[in-house]
Amino acid sequence: MTQKLGSFPGGLKLNGQKKRSTQVAIRKMPLSKKLILPLQQHIGEASIPIVSVGDKVLKGQKIAKAEGHVSVALHAPSSGTIIAIDEQPIPHPSGLSALCISIETDGEDQWIKRQPIKDFTEHTEHEIRQLIRDAGIVGLGGAGFPSFIKLNPGVHHHVETLIINGVECEPYITCDDMIMRERAEGILDGIEIMCYALHVKNCVIAIEDNKPEAISALELALGARPHLKETNVVVIPTRYPTGSEKQLIQVVTGKQVPTGGLPIDIGIVSHNVGTTYAIARSIKHGEPLISRIVTVTGREVEHAGNFETLFGTPMHELLEFCGTKRQPEEPFILGGPMMGYNLSGDHLPVTKTANCIIVGVDDGAKASTPLPCIRCGECATACPVSLLPQQLYWHSRAKDLDKAKEYNLFDCIECGCCSYVCPSEIPLVHYFRFAKTEIMNQQQEHAKADIARIRHENRLARLELEQQEKELRQQQRKAALAATQAAKVKQAAELPTEPQTTDSQETQ
Amino acid sequence: MLTAILAITLLALILGLVLGFAAIRFKVEGDPIADQIDKILPQTQCGQCSFAGCRPYAEAIAAGEVDINRCPPGGEATIHALADLLEVEFKPLDEECGVEKPKMLAVIDEDRCIGCTLCIQACPVDAILGAAKHMHTVIASECTGCELCLPPCPVDCIDMVETKPKPNTWRWPDPAHIDLKLGDQP
Repeated sequence: MTQKLGSFPGGLKLNGQKKRSTQVAIRKMPLSKKLILPLQQHIGEASIPIVSVGDKVLKGQKIAKAEGHVSVALHAPSSGTIIAIDEQPIPHPSGLSALCISIETDGEDQWIKRQPIKDFTEHTEHEIRQLIRDAGIVGLGGAGFPSFIKLNPGVHHHVETLIINGVECEPYITCDDMIMRERAEGILDGIEIMCYALHVKNCVIAIEDNKPEAISALELALGARPHLKETNVVVIPTRYPTGSEKQLIQVVTGKQVPTGGLPIDIGIVSHNVGTTYAIARSIKHGEPLISRIVTVTGREVEHAGNFETLFGTPMHELLEFCGTKRQPEEPFILGGPMMGYNLSGDHLPVTKTANCIIVGVDDGAKASTPLPCIRCGECATACPVSLLPQQLYWHSRAKDLDKAKEYNLFDCIECGCCSYVCPSEIPLVHYFRFAKTEIMNQQQEHAKADIARIRHENRLARLELEQQEKELRQQQRKAALAATQAAKVKQAAELPTEPQTTDSQETQ
Repeated sequence: MLTAILAITLLALILGLVLGFAAIRFKVEGDPIADQIDKILPQTQCGQCSFAGCRPYAEAIAAGEVDINRCPPGGEATIHALADLLEVEFKPLDEECGVEKPKMLAVIDEDRCIGCTLCIQACPVDAILGAAKHMHTVIASECTGCELCLPPCPVDCIDMVETKPKPNTWRWPDPAHIDLKLGDQP
C-alpha cells in the first residue's frame, strides 16, 4: 500500500554509522556475578522493594512493586541472593546515586514458574494492561514511560492508528534494527496484543529506508498473517529526528500533536518495536522484562554489535566482553551521539532505558571553547519543532526564564540538531536543558512556598484563636469569681446571725 | 464661550460621577501589590528582614518603607523579581540581614532531644512534630530552613544540613560557567 507521507520542518541528514554493529546477529551477554537494579528505571514513581537482604530469588521473581499509578514492577533478572538494598551510582547525567537492589547470582539462572497465556482474547483489556504493568514493561526507545498507560485509551478517546516505531534515526544505535531483523514474529505477536488492548485495527510499522533487511523481515512475517490485513509496513525517508514520537506522527499521518498535548488527543498511540516485542514475551511466554538489547559500538570497540543483556549487568563488564580499548573510569556515551550523555564510572548498571553504549565517536565534537553567536540562523532552520533556538539561547543564558518559556522552551525535544549545525559550537541543548530544570525547580519552590504560606497563616490563625479562648476563659473565671464573691457578700448580709449561731454551736 | 464652559463643567461632573461610582463598585479589598510581593518572597518566615514573617515585610515594601534587598533566603533571584515587579533598580543583598546560603533543612538529633517543645513553639510553619517529654522530629517536606528552631533548643540538638539533590530534582549545571572554565584552560 502506498501512503502519502507528511513531513516536519528542519531535521538533518546524518551519517548513520550503523554498519559496524549490524554485522553479527544479536549475542547473549554472559551472566554477571553481581546485578545492580535501580528502583527507578522509568518515568514516574520509583518502585518499592518487596524483598529483604539475604532473600533467595529466582529469575523473573518480582522484587519491587509499583508505587502509585505511573510506576511499574521490577523483577530479578537471574536467580541468586539479595546482598544489598542501598544507594548505588546510577546511569544518570548527574552522576548521583539512588536506591538499588543488588543481587549476587548463583549461576543456575533458574526461572520462577512462568504463566504463559495462549489466547489473550480470553482476558479483558484491563487484565492485559495489568499483566503488562506487572511484567515491568516501559518504553524501550529511551524515555522509559510505563507502557500500560499508553495502552489505555480511556473513555474519552478513540484510537484510530497504532504506530510501531522502528525508525531508530539516531546514528550508531542499531538495537531496534536487529530486533526487527531477527524477531519479526514476536513483534507481530505484540502488535496483536496491543491492537486488542487499544481496540484498534489500523496499525503502521514505520521503518526508515536505511534498514532494508528489517523492512523485508517484517513484510515477510506479515505475509504469513492474513488476519493482520490492516497492519502495514511504511517505509519513510531517513532523516534525523524522525524517530521522535511527535515528528514520526507528523511524517506518518501529516497531523501535528498540539503543544502540551499527547498523541492520543489526535487518536494516535505509538510504541517502540522493542517494547512491542517485550509485551509479546510477557503475555505469550509469561516472561517479565528482565533484559534488553544493547548496542555496543564506537571506534574503540573491537567486537561491536548488539547484546541481549540482563538488567543490572555492570556496563564495564559488557564493554570488556566486546573487547573495548578503554582505561578504567574512562567516560563513554550512553544513548546516541545526539541525545545521549557522557557517563563515567565502571559499575553503572544496564537499565531498562539503556539502548546504546558508544566508546569513541568517529567524528566526535572536539571539546573546544564555544565562540560567540554570529546570528546565522542555522539553528532555526534545523529545528524540527520550528522553535527559535537563538532566542532561547539568549534568554536561557541571561536566565530570563519567563521569556524562554514564552518562546516555547518546553516544546524543545532536545534532539541536538541546533547544537550540531551551530558554526560557533555553542552547546545550545545544554543551555535548554539547564533552563528547563531551572524552571521546573522554580515551580517546585513556588509550590512549596505556597504551602509554607498557608501553613504559616493557619498557624497565626490558630495562635490567635488560642489567645482569644484564653482571654475568654480568663473573663469567665473573673466573672465567676466576682459572682461567688457577690454571692458571699449577699449571704453575709442576709444571714448576719447565722455565723454566730454556728459559732456558738461549735463552741458548745 | 458660556456654552463651552457649561459643556466642560457638565462633562467633568459626569466623568466625576462615573469615577466615583467605579471607585465604590470595583473597590479592591486588601493591597494587591503586597499580595504580589508576598507571592515572590520565599515564605521561609525566618524574620531575617527584621519583620515578623514574609507578609509583614511584603506590606512594608508595598508601603515604600523598606528596601527590596533584605531577604537572604530569596537571594538575588528574589531581589531581581521584586525589582522587575516594582520597576526599581536592582540592589545587592543587604549584608546586615544575612548572606545567601544553599537550601538547608533542620534535623533533630533524636538521641539528644529532651522533648521540651520549645522548637515546636518556634517553628513558623508547624513543621516539627512531638509532645512534651517525647522525642520531636522535623517533617522534612514542610521545613523551610528558617533556623528559628535553633536558638530556643536548650540542648543544641538541631542541626541544619544542606539538602542533597536527588536524580529527579537535580538541575543541569549552568553552561555559561562551563564556558568560562573551558576558556580558562590554557
